[in-house]
Amino acid sequence: MTLHIPSSPAELAAVVAAARSTGTPLAVAGGGTRAGLGRPVQAAATISTERLSGITLYEPAELVIAAKAGTPLREVTEALAAKGQRLPFEPMDHRRLYGTSGEPTVGGVASANVSGPARINLGAARDSMIGLKFVNGLGQDVKSGGRVMKNVTGLDLVKALAGSFGTLAVFHEVCFKVLPKAEGERTLAMTGLSVPQAVAALSAALGSPFEPTGAAHWPASGGETARTLIRIEGFAAPLAYRTDALSKLLAPFGAVETLEADASAGLWADIRDAAAFAGTDAAVWRISVPPSAAPALADRLAPLEPRLMLDWGGGLVWAGVAATGDAGAGRVHAAAKAAGGYATLVRAPETVRGAVDVFSPAAGPLMAIQRKMKASFDPDGVLNPGRMYPGV
Amino acid sequence: MAIAFPAPRVDVLAKRDRVIAALKAIVPGEGVITEEKERRAFETDALTSYRRLPMVVVLPETTEQVAAILAFCHAEGVPVVARGAGTSLCGGSIPQEDAVVLGVAKMNRVLDVNFADRTMRVEAGITNLAISGEVAHAGFFYAPDPSSQLACTIAGNVAMNSGGAHCLKYGVTANNILGLKLVTVEGEIVEIGGGALDSPGYDLIGLLVGSEGQLGVVTEVTVRILRQAEGARPVLFGFREIAQAGQTVSDIIGAGIIPVAIEYMDREAIHICEAFAKAGYPLDVEAMLIIEVEGSDAEMEAMLVRIVDIARRHDVAVVKESKSAMETAAIWKGRKSAFGATGRVADYICMDGTIPTGRLPDVLEGIDRIVKGYGLRVANVFHAGDGNLHPLVMFNVNDPAEQVKAEHAGEDILRLCVQLGGCLTGEHGVGIEKRDLMREQFTEVDLLQQTRIKTALDPKWILNPAKVFPLDAPRDEAPREAA
Repeated sequence: MTLHIPSSPAELAAVVAAARSTGTPLAVAGGGTRAGLGRPVQAAATISTERLSGITLYEPAELVIAAKAGTPLREVTEALAAKGQRLPFEPMDHRRLYGTSGEPTVGGVASANVSGPARINLGAARDSMIGLKFVNGLGQDVKSGGRVMKNVTGLDLVKALAGSFGTLAVFHEVCFKVLPKAEGERTLAMTGLSVPQAVAALSAALGSPFEPTGAAHWPASGGETARTLIRIEGFAAPLAYRTDALSKLLAPFGAVETLEADASAGLWADIRDAAAFAGTDAAVWRISVPPSAAPALADRLAPLEPRLMLDWGGGLVWAGVAATGDAGAGRVHAAAKAAGGYATLVRAPETVRGAVDVFSPAAGPLMAIQRKMKASFDPDGVLNPGRMYPGV
Repeated sequence: MAIAFPAPRVDVLAKRDRVIAALKAIVPGEGVITEEKERRAFETDALTSYRRLPMVVVLPETTEQVAAILAFCHAEGVPVVARGAGTSLCGGSIPQEDAVVLGVAKMNRVLDVNFADRTMRVEAGITNLAISGEVAHAGFFYAPDPSSQLACTIAGNVAMNSGGAHCLKYGVTANNILGLKLVTVEGEIVEIGGGALDSPGYDLIGLLVGSEGQLGVVTEVTVRILRQAEGARPVLFGFREIAQAGQTVSDIIGAGIIPVAIEYMDREAIHICEAFAKAGYPLDVEAMLIIEVEGSDAEMEAMLVRIVDIARRHDVAVVKESKSAMETAAIWKGRKSAFGATGRVADYICMDGTIPTGRLPDVLEGIDRIVKGYGLRVANVFHAGDGNLHPLVMFNVNDPAEQVKAEHAGEDILRLCVQLGGCLTGEHGVGIEKRDLMREQFTEVDLLQQTRIKTALDPKWILNPAKVFPLDAPRDEAPREAA
């Protein structure tokens, strides 16, 4: 296995161009902490963004930061924290789930569109991505977007590439819009709710004017009581007011307990990283559905005896199932589809991921557009072939 | 006329009778407009200095009709210009003589409202304001709020990725769309996304929003609806120096406060808007900010104390907090009527560049220099929180030479925006207006990546021709699909 570690965009472009001319598929790697995400890639060589590192622009008063793709995410979050700011989309750290070491990178977060609990009101990574520089499968160095928040000049390739898992281009620089770090946070917690009750409670909170930035539910499991959690953030006065108002709003669903900053932060880091499944050998599915469909989805998954965790007010269902056979793929995809959503197999042995649909299969015309997209960026199928779908 | 239109294709014009017959077979009744007098209503949009009479206009009522129209036009190689309400300021829906205008205004129904999931599915021709109107009784709204929201359709908002004054907090159209029903140029109906926050595969919603009708025709949209804040209150600040206003904006954001809107107006804009709206704007200042906060009374009060304190540190001359719904309405009426009020004073072109907010003083100085250089006047209105500026370059439409000067001044302003690290358009789109400036912002390779996608999804380039890309933009052959 050849490893290419270019140290400039020009070198990156040369590596891709050479691979194209020799028909050598390339696996694209950032920090390698999420290598288990997606279908296994058969590639003769790997291209690493490791040496494309460093923050290239940070203007706190303009709420914008740009960094080269191989920059450890930690460098960015630390630079932001020093100025009281943060990435709004709260990217999940997959190391806990996979037991991987190494450093998650800016490029990895962008290419997998990695988001966390705040996605419900602050958006996903793609919503914060405003500029991208990348090398496409033709070995051309291309830019889209820029460093300003509002930009509708030409086609928005930034969003088209967010979450493309390195199958369309190798990113070498990403620009994000950022937000001030909240002055404080609190979590309102209820215990003992069923999934339907919890989704109703979370939905009521999210439909309130109090702007929760987290809304999750852990169903009862093994002796543990079910917990329903709502996070609010902000300055001291609004926090106090919103805590009171939301507690009143939620009173019909049960008693509400308030968790202060530290306990709250730890809790949401666990939810963000799907920590409930860390250290287990379950196959882990991530299922995105309309929140009100979550209870029916849970019922349909019941024969798999899953361990469930709900985020995004029920709109994101994590399911841990036995990693044997097809890891429940047939049932999970059918249940997700019936619920009006889709499923991704986030963790499973490579043999399973190579044999089942890791991402929900797209309908005919939709799949045709995906293939056209792939052909527009990477006509010879050089980059991460098959990572998302066979042939894509 | 500075902007070139391609010559209409004779072979397409020759098919006019056949095209009309086919469209009438697809859309019965009065949905096909052929009379010249009636087609005139579709010859331009809000970029009124350019116009072309379309070959025929069709107003379908269903997605299936749209699919049949596109399948026919694709097979025949007939250009199609999709149109919502025709409020585009960049000529995004101006047709050509050999084009079919496909108007979606009749497709304006609400299909589903789901308060539990906070989503709403609508047909593409519904107006922006009608979406919010449908859910206002329950305290919900659709966030992106372009100034034309009373008239503009969600179809046009999706095409242009429209924004508005409140996008600082709530994001633009792209951040508020969960699903689209797309008709491809071949006439295939594709459902993308829906009620869930994420959708599988490549982010086609992200690609289609803002694609200015280049990649397909959207007939249905699933939008996110949000709960209205308990209250909203604007404060008006007047500054004797531009730099003080700019520094106040920076310091507010630096202090961790994200108001729901920060609007900037210069002296000229203040005077024009005050004369029209009688909003109580201060007339003896160089710059004005309207800063709006949201929340409960206590929350707003807490935030306003901090904001006012920051403004005072920058020697603010006038602070006027709204004390009533009437005062709030007056403050916003002045700002929202900026375009209309300017239109009473002079003809104008409204530019739409974006700059890094830290370059505010530089860009204002540059705009002043450019416009004076052409012997013209300008009023500046900005979304100051996100650096999206709207210089209104004034001229006399009866003086063709002056109009050319105004257009050149506008182009120079946009070049300046790009030079300062910004872009050609923040919310209006490229259309025909900025098409020929695309090379200011993009290299040939950048453009080629975009046109390859265009070619992949519209191989004959019949969708909204002569928009977005320079007429001589680089194009590859239709890409073959990856093995």
